Amino acid sequence: MSKAIKVKKGVDIKLLGAAERKVSDAGKSRVYAIKPADFTGVIPKLAVKQGDEVKAGSTLFFDKNNPDVKIASPVSGEVAEIKRGAKRKILEVRVLADSTNNYEAFTPYNGGDRDTLVKTMLDMGLWPFVIQRPYGVIANPVDTPRDIYISGFDSAPLAADYSFMLNDRKSDFQAGINALSKLTSGKVFVGTRNGDTFFNQINGIETFTVSGPHPAGNVGVQIHSTAPINKGETIWTVNPIDVALIGKSLSEGKYRAERIVALAGSEVAAPQYYNTMIGADMKTVVEGKLSGDNVRIISGNVLSGSNEGMEGSLGAYSHVISAIPEGNQRQFFLTKGWLGPGLSKFSISKAYPAWLMKNKKYRLDTNLNGEERAFVVTGELEKVFPFDIYPMQLIKAIMINDIDAMEKLGIYEVIPEDFALCEVVCTSKINIQEIVENGLLDLRKEFAS
Amino acid sequence: MKALENLLDKIKPSFEKGGKFEKFYPVYDALETFAFVPDHTTSKGAHIRDAIDLKRTMFMVIVAMVPALLFGIYNTGYQHFTALGMDASFGEMVGFGLWKVLPLIIVSYGVGLGVEFIFCIIKGHAINEGFLVSGMLIPLIMPMDIPLWMVAVATAFAVLIGKEVFGGTGMNIVNVALTARAFLFFAYPTKMSGNKVWVNTDGGTAVDGYTGETLLSQAIEQGAAFTDITGKLYGSIDDSFMASFLGFIPGSIGETSTLAILIGAVILLATGIASWRIILSGLIGGAVMGLIFNFIGPAYFPDNLYLQVPWWHQLVMGGFMFGVVFMATDPVTAAQTERGKIIYGFLIGLLAILIRVVNPAYPEGIMMAILFMNVMAPTIDHYVVQANINKRLKRLKTA
Repeated sequence: MSKAIKVKKGVDIKLLGAAERKVSDAGKSRVYAIKPADFTGVIPKLAVKQGDEVKAGSTLFFDKNNPDVKIASPVSGEVAEIKRGAKRKILEVRVLADSTNNYEAFTPYNGGDRDTLVKTMLDMGLWPFVIQRPYGVIANPVDTPRDIYISGFDSAPLAADYSFMLNDRKSDFQAGINALSKLTSGKVFVGTRNGDTFFNQINGIETFTVSGPHPAGNVGVQIHSTAPINKGETIWTVNPIDVALIGKSLSEGKYRAERIVALAGSEVAAPQYYNTMIGADMKTVVEGKLSGDNVRIISGNVLSGSNEGMEGSLGAYSHVISAIPEGNQRQFFLTKGWLGPGLSKFSISKAYPAWLMKNKKYRLDTNLNGEERAFVVTGELEKVFPFDIYPMQLIKAIMINDIDAMEKLGIYEVIPEDFALCEVVCTSKINIQEIVENGLLDLRKEFAS
Repeated sequence: MKALENLLDKIKPSFEKGGKFEKFYPVYDALETFAFVPDHTTSKGAHIRDAIDLKRTMFMVIVAMVPALLFGIYNTGYQHFTALGMDASFGEMVGFGLWKVLPLIIVSYGVGLGVEFIFCIIKGHAINEGFLVSGMLIPLIMPMDIPLWMVAVATAFAVLIGKEVFGGTGMNIVNVALTARAFLFFAYPTKMSGNKVWVNTDGGTAVDGYTGETLLSQAIEQGAAFTDITGKLYGSIDDSFMASFLGFIPGSIGETSTLAILIGAVILLATGIASWRIILSGLIGGAVMGLIFNFIGPAYFPDNLYLQVPWWHQLVMGGFMFGVVFMATDPVTAAQTERGKIIYGFLIGLLAILIRVVNPAYPEGIMMAILFMNVMAPTIDHYVVQANINKRLKRLKTA
């Protein structure tokens, strides 16, 4: 009998433009870009230089603090450009793709000891898909985690439907699970939606069902409601689609960076799924498929994805591309602004009529809907934060960089995405995810030295 | 709207860096963001944001205060003409009320916003919306005959010492409007208490039996045998309860009508802006203290008639209801944890009735109770949060 978890706090923000369950080919990109910024906490050291020939699976860069952790090229081709920003920070490594993909050949892994597995995964560039808590960074390969957690579904707005995407990849997923279960001394847990049967066919996992609004699908919420992380413990998490990617790559001995991605949002003419690859440029996937022209294109969901624009690329961890209208227009206060009726505005506050229209789907733009202020309103973050943690107190502890208080208040259990809804509902428009991310990085630095 | 937008765009450069009025940018910013929600988009983190902002939140509180304000204006006139024994039409009463109350509102907003603007210009901060609420609260908790210059001094004191020295809106420890009232209460007690300040009797002779006392001071001598403004004994305790519930009694401008305040409470609770935990536990706290007095009064202190005022009558007297609904619920100075809010509200109710009855030198116990609990709120939160921390530590030990 599997456990059932009910998440009570949270909110489903219903947006227009959910992807239809249909997959088409997006076509091949000319250039694939890998962005170090996707990999939280990694300080990139380049393994290639401009003009080098690489194969799919060749290391592009690795982590300075942990040189075993390598980030691989999704395709074969020539390193076209290393894009740098201020202080020569590496922004992107761009690979000009060959017409046919050549793979770096690795020894396939179909069983064997843990050390071989870890080494194979590190060499193939599969390791970055394993994330650890605390800190929400790429797992440290020398650790052995208490358990591994996989959230079987995504509950964020416009989320991709994982069981639909995994439907014909059962053997890949099973291979991935077989490998991952070697990595932990505990179990591999999968949180599933009620009625989702895909994971019942998989061996070697412990499932539990999760119901309730977003962030029910956040793996952090699922860990917290089953067996919370204590100080000194480590949990690893993997996205289920990446489990299949790991499984396929390991059994073939090739780094298979193919991705199905949901193109969704109110500004997409016909939202659906597309076959593409990690690092593909947005143009290939998105161009010609939008209905508006003042559009923000986000790699990831609208809560914690990154703003890529048409010139950007698909992030390493993204399974959805969201396109929503930019909100860069002024709104007169009586008609559409702060004193307007607000019929088309989403709010969890009953000061707007949204609570009367529970099933309305919104076309929300990126306007901040106000100006940044000091914390004034209390009790609102708690409504969308299903952790037994005091969110505002923790955020304030991070703001004043009080490491001791952060630890006591439970920072080890959370990563920025768990605070995404808090950030959405914050009356004072404070960038909470950024604060949490910086807090975690500071904390990690504190203990590294 | 386009014209206004164009005008704002046209004058904007002179307020920006290097412009002629660069220093006054906060003022420009306040006006611009009042008229238009700016075109700022999300740059970090979540790409969509809730529609609620501080402006709408604060505006809702002002809307909630309007019934109390309107009744206060009417009651100012009503008390005046009744005390003089003159017949007056509804219009005359409202007219008199407006003549007394409007200047207070104008002075409160004028001085308060002036101080706030100057501070923001000096510090280069954006002007916060917090004072929109404080500026309305201050006149509502004043006696109607308070000299305007006192309101000006008190407001300036409250904004400076009560708020700006701590860093502005969101950072203050005690409620700004109550700071203004407490300042006047201790600096000019003769203008804030006693029986001369609640009703204006200029322009005539007061009727025989007129005392001008509030129910709070009557209760000290007479217990629950209340008299109305003309000195006539109410027919029954129900009559005096009804008069106080509806608000036809002397008192600070906004505090008299429990009904008007409850309408405001419904607005605050329906929009979810005030914490129901604070209001409910505050009422329960007041009721509990009243009940305790009702029980021990006749048995142990038969001479103290105040103790015998029925607990339900206590709740509609003086500023209790106004304080619980509008002042205790100020999110900045209240307890910030949900559990803490219940304790905080309960103790405010309890202390308000305790102070009022036991120490008649402070007839308005609610003011002292809220100020005291404002100071104690972080301590309450500390213990609530500590319980959560201990739970986590315990998990670590058993693991």
